[in-house]
Amino acid sequence: MTTTTPPIVVAPTVTEPPPRSRAARARRNLRSPWASIAALAIAVLWTIPTFGLFVSSFRPEDQIKTTGWWTFFRDPQFTLANYDEVLFSASSNSGQLAEYFVNSFVITIPAVIFPLLFATLAAYALAWMEFPGRDWMFVGIFALQIVPIQMALIPLLRFFNLGEIGGVEIIPGGFQLDDEWTAIRVWFAHTAFALPLAIFLLHNFMSELPRSLMEAARVDGASHARIFRSIVLPLVTPAIAAFAIFQFLWVWNDLLVGLIFASTDISPLTVRVAELQGSRGQEWQRLTAGAFVAIIVPLIVFLGLQRYFVRGLLAGGLKG
Amino acid sequence: MENLATKLTVLGVGVLAWIVVTVLIVAVSDLGRGRGRERWQIFLFLSPAVLLLLMGLIIPAIRTTVLAFFGADSTEFVGLDNFAWMFTAPDALITLRNTAIWVIVTPIVSTAVGLLYAVLIDRTRGESIAKTFVFLPMAISFVGAGIIWRFVYAFRPEGAEQIGLANQVITVFGGSPLQLLNNDRLALNTFLLIAVMIWVQAGFAMVILSAAIKGVPDDIVEAAKIDGTGPSQRFFYITLPSIRPALVVVIATITITTLKVFDIVRTMTGGNFNTSVVANELYVQAFVQANVGQGAVLALFLFILVLPLVFYQVRLLRQQQEIR
Repeated sequence: MTTTTPPIVVAPTVTEPPPRSRAARARRNLRSPWASIAALAIAVLWTIPTFGLFVSSFRPEDQIKTTGWWTFFRDPQFTLANYDEVLFSASSNSGQLAEYFVNSFVITIPAVIFPLLFATLAAYALAWMEFPGRDWMFVGIFALQIVPIQMALIPLLRFFNLGEIGGVEIIPGGFQLDDEWTAIRVWFAHTAFALPLAIFLLHNFMSELPRSLMEAARVDGASHARIFRSIVLPLVTPAIAAFAIFQFLWVWNDLLVGLIFASTDISPLTVRVAELQGSRGQEWQRLTAGAFVAIIVPLIVFLGLQRYFVRGLLAGGLKG
Repeated sequence: MENLATKLTVLGVGVLAWIVVTVLIVAVSDLGRGRGRERWQIFLFLSPAVLLLLMGLIIPAIRTTVLAFFGADSTEFVGLDNFAWMFTAPDALITLRNTAIWVIVTPIVSTAVGLLYAVLIDRTRGESIAKTFVFLPMAISFVGAGIIWRFVYAFRPEGAEQIGLANQVITVFGGSPLQLLNNDRLALNTFLLIAVMIWVQAGFAMVILSAAIKGVPDDIVEAAKIDGTGPSQRFFYITLPSIRPALVVVIATITITTLKVFDIVRTMTGGNFNTSVVANELYVQAFVQANVGQGAVLALFLFILVLPLVFYQVRLLRQQQEIR
């Protein structure tokens, strides 16, 4: 999977801390120095591997391969050649990551907006529309979150290649998606796999909206479609943003789905970088720079939107 | 350049399709009147998601279950042969053993580290920056994390200058450098791969648990202080019981993620040197060696392992719905 793991389980109620007096805060700050040292040790341990790679990516090839990155501080030698090579070199051995960078966007954008659309609609239906079996359907979709996507991979690939559903050939010859167009398979897989969590998260937000608001709109003769468009959508924008960030990080960082469903013409960065690692495992000048090319976009998204991301994590089941 | 144009066309088609679908749904959603319109809207809102779930997840999962009882090319019924393979073939057994180590160690250590850090930095100055340091690996793909850590574990023969931090530390303390990722003595390499997963997951645990700790009512903590309890007593008798539900969530979530771990093993060792896990072996069997039956049985096995959690979660959800 990827690194972003929304809590795919019911989260407990988490409340904001009450505002505290200055005296209380001062008291809290008087803590043992050992606590600070331990915290610092963890923070350093967690940061240093990434930092080491980052420093190395700017060092000349012969330096990376013969001396530790910590010697950089004694003998700083700085170059952008590694980045230039992995991004733009014409040799297929060095990555050509600029192309794969484009691929990752081609894959990610539709794979984020499609599940968002379908999940918002379904979440609204499950939260506010009345129909028999609604609760069971919600529980069913909720339970689907835990089905490993590995359960779906083999038949889904056959669905695209052979047109089979459940072992029966529905579309003779399959979908004939070739080269760059295999991106459609990746979008489809990501959309289907994202729906259970997306519906669950958005349902939680939507069911929190005040019933009186909905009923007033109903009394005024507004249809569900209208309530959805003009009342619900604006109110759940933060939840939609939170899910969009999850899904973006998830798809961008995914290796498995890209590996199976995308042809090499449209492979995402992750697949390409993993391949470099396998075939050129000792070419650290390429790997260090390549790794940073692959993680820079999610890093920016994450640091810029961390607040929404954390809120989304905590809402994994906020108040059910 | 030519293929850039094709790629942008593909992207354009995707985005355009999305716009068309959205406009279409809006356009047809107000058709009909009264009860008929109501039913039409329910259908319209639900059917895309339900259809996708059926075609992309539910039917394929059922099909995989069936394929687990068939041979490599899915034509011949083989009964329980694939299950027998999984529990007797030496390679498969090592895969199962490694998965067991992963699933036991990762959730416990990640949660412990996350909790410790959350407690240590709780309500200190610069708490949010301190959080970012540990949380950041969550944004890095496992592929990226794999390279970062393979570099930490990098090996240079004895005498040469080390370029990996781990072996540098070993040699500074007088040891001889090790080929860490090839070394399966006492499953050392598996534990080193697990360290990467812990590095990623501790941040997740920390964020959820930190929020839970802040939810512990202040008056209880203050009352306990007045009663003369020390910090560790307060931690074990007040904080820990109060955040128990959050702990369960964190451990369960990390357990599920760990069971399905694939990328770390795939990119760091490729499953060689006795480091394979179920999800990696599944990929190898089904998509590299075209052993569909054996791949399917491994997928089914993963599903069976998480099944108890499904029931537990549904029960919790039911309880919450009743409260509401």
